[in-house]
Amino acid sequence: MGTMLIFKILLASAVLVMSLVVAMYSTLIERKMAGFFQDRFGPDRAGPWGMFQPLADGIKLFFKEEFMPNTADKFLYILGPSLTMFIACLTSAVIPWGPDIVINGQTYSLQMADVNIGILYIFAIVSIGVYGIMIGGWASNNKYALLGAIRASSQMISYELAMSLSIIAIVMMTGSLSMREIVNQQQGFHWNIWYQPIAFMIFLICAFAETNRSPFDLPECETELVGGYHTEYSSMKLGFYLFSEYINMFISGAVMATLFMGGYHFPFIDRLGLSPNAFAFVSFLVLFAKITFFGFIFMWIRWTLPRFRYDQLMRLGWKGLIPLAILNVLITGVVILLNK
Amino acid sequence: MAGFTKRSKVVSNKKMSFWEKIYLPAILGGMWITLGHLFTKKTTVRYPEVQREFSEIYRGKHVLKRDDEGRERCTACGLCAVACPAEAITMVAAERKPGEENLYREEKYASTYEINMLRCIFCGLCEEACPKEAIFLTKEIVKAGYDRDKFIYGKDLLVEPVDPSKRINVSKRQTPEVLEFKKDKNQRHNVH
Repeated sequence: MGTMLIFKILLASAVLVMSLVVAMYSTLIERKMAGFFQDRFGPDRAGPWGMFQPLADGIKLFFKEEFMPNTADKFLYILGPSLTMFIACLTSAVIPWGPDIVINGQTYSLQMADVNIGILYIFAIVSIGVYGIMIGGWASNNKYALLGAIRASSQMISYELAMSLSIIAIVMMTGSLSMREIVNQQQGFHWNIWYQPIAFMIFLICAFAETNRSPFDLPECETELVGGYHTEYSSMKLGFYLFSEYINMFISGAVMATLFMGGYHFPFIDRLGLSPNAFAFVSFLVLFAKITFFGFIFMWIRWTLPRFRYDQLMRLGWKGLIPLAILNVLITGVVILLNK
Repeated sequence: MAGFTKRSKVVSNKKMSFWEKIYLPAILGGMWITLGHLFTKKTTVRYPEVQREFSEIYRGKHVLKRDDEGRERCTACGLCAVACPAEAITMVAAERKPGEENLYREEKYASTYEINMLRCIFCGLCEEACPKEAIFLTKEIVKAGYDRDKFIYGKDLLVEPVDPSKRINVSKRQTPEVLEFKKDKNQRHNVH
C-alpha cells in the first residue's frame, strides 16, 4: 500500500510536470507553426531553433509589472487565473497514460485514478473551468473583460451540451464510463473514430470551442474586445490564463486520443514481444504521438480559419451540433438494438 | 459598370448548397492550402547572419571622399547644404594653414561637417550638387540607435580613411552621364 501511494504521488508529479513542460513548449511550437504557415521561420533567436524562447517568455512574464485595477475585487481577481490553472491541471487524473507496469513483481497502473465515472469526472471539471474565466472577467471591473467573460461562459456552456451528447454514443457502444474500459475496448485498430466519425467531428469542434481556440476564440478576440476576459491582467496572472489554454489543449488532445483514437493502443505493438515495462513505454509514446497529432490539428486550424461571428457560433452550436449529436445517439441506439 | 475596371465581377447572392453550408469541404480546402505553405521556401532573410544583396547604387550612409593623395576634397562651399531638401547638412568653413597642404586639397576646408541622419532622406541631391566630387552616398546602412544625439554624424564618421586599402569605392555612382554632367560648364555650379 505504501509503495502504491508513493508511486501514485510520483505519477501525479510526473504528469503535472509533463503537462506544464508540454504547455510551455506548445507556446514555442505554436509560434513556430504560425511562422511556417505564413512563410516565415518564427522565433529562432533564443538558443538553437528558439529553444529557450519559452524560458525567456516566462522570465519576462514574471518580471512584468503586477497590475491590479483599484476597482477590482481583490480576492476574485486573484482567484480567477488560479482557478483556471488549477482546473486545467486536474483533468489529467483519469487519463490512462499506458498499460500497467510491473516493478518488483507488483503491478502499477499508469492511471492516477481509475474512477468508474471517468468521463463524467472530465465533464465536471471542464464545466468548472468556465468559472475561472467568468470570475476573472467579472472581477476586473472592465466592460471588455466582462463582455469576454460572458461570451466565454455562454459559448462554453453551449458547446458542453453538444460535447457530452456526442460522448453518449461512445458510452452506449462501450457500456462503461471508465476511461480505462473505453481504451481497452479499442485494442488494435478498433478505434472508436471508425465507428463514430460523426461523434468524433462534433467532439473535435466542441473541443476547439471549449479551449477557446480559433476559430472559436471569441472570449479573447483582440480585434473586438482589446484582450477579452484577461484585458486587465498582467504579469504571471496573465501568464496563467495563457498557459492554461495550452494545458487544456494538451489535455483535450489526450482525451480525444483516449476516447476516439484508441488511447495508447496501436496495431501490432502487442506482437513485438516486448517486456511489460518496455511495452508500457512504447504504448505511452504512441499515446503521446496521438496527442501531438491533435496539437498539430489545433494549431493548423488556428492558422487557417478566420474567427466566427458570435451569432454564427451560437447557431452552429445550438442548431447544428446539438441536433446532429442527438441524431447520432438515436442512430447508435438503433444499430445497437438491431445487432442484439 | 463596364469600362471602369477590368476586374469587376457580377456578385451573385444565390443560396448555398448543402456542401457549402456545412463548410467542412471548404475548411479542408483551406487547410490543404495552409499545409502547402508549411513546406514552401521561407521568404525570411536572417538579417545579421545573412545580408541581402544591395543595388550598386544604393543610397545609404554618406562618405566624404579624399583625393588620390589622401587630401580631403570638400571645400565647404555649402552647395550640398543648399541642395538638401531636408536641411540635414551643416558645416563650418575654415582656412587652410601653411603646412596643412597634405590634409586639404584647397585653401578652404570644412572644419566641421555634420549630417543629421534623422533628417536625411537619402535622396542623393547633395551628391548631385557637389562640384568637387567630395560627397557620395554608399551602400553602408545607417544603424539604429537609442540616442537621438548619436544620429548627428560628424567628420569622424563621414570622412573616409586615409589608408588606401580602406578607401570606399564609389566608381559605380560616377556614371558616364554624371561625369559628363559635371564637366558641363554651362551649369552654374560646375563653374569654379
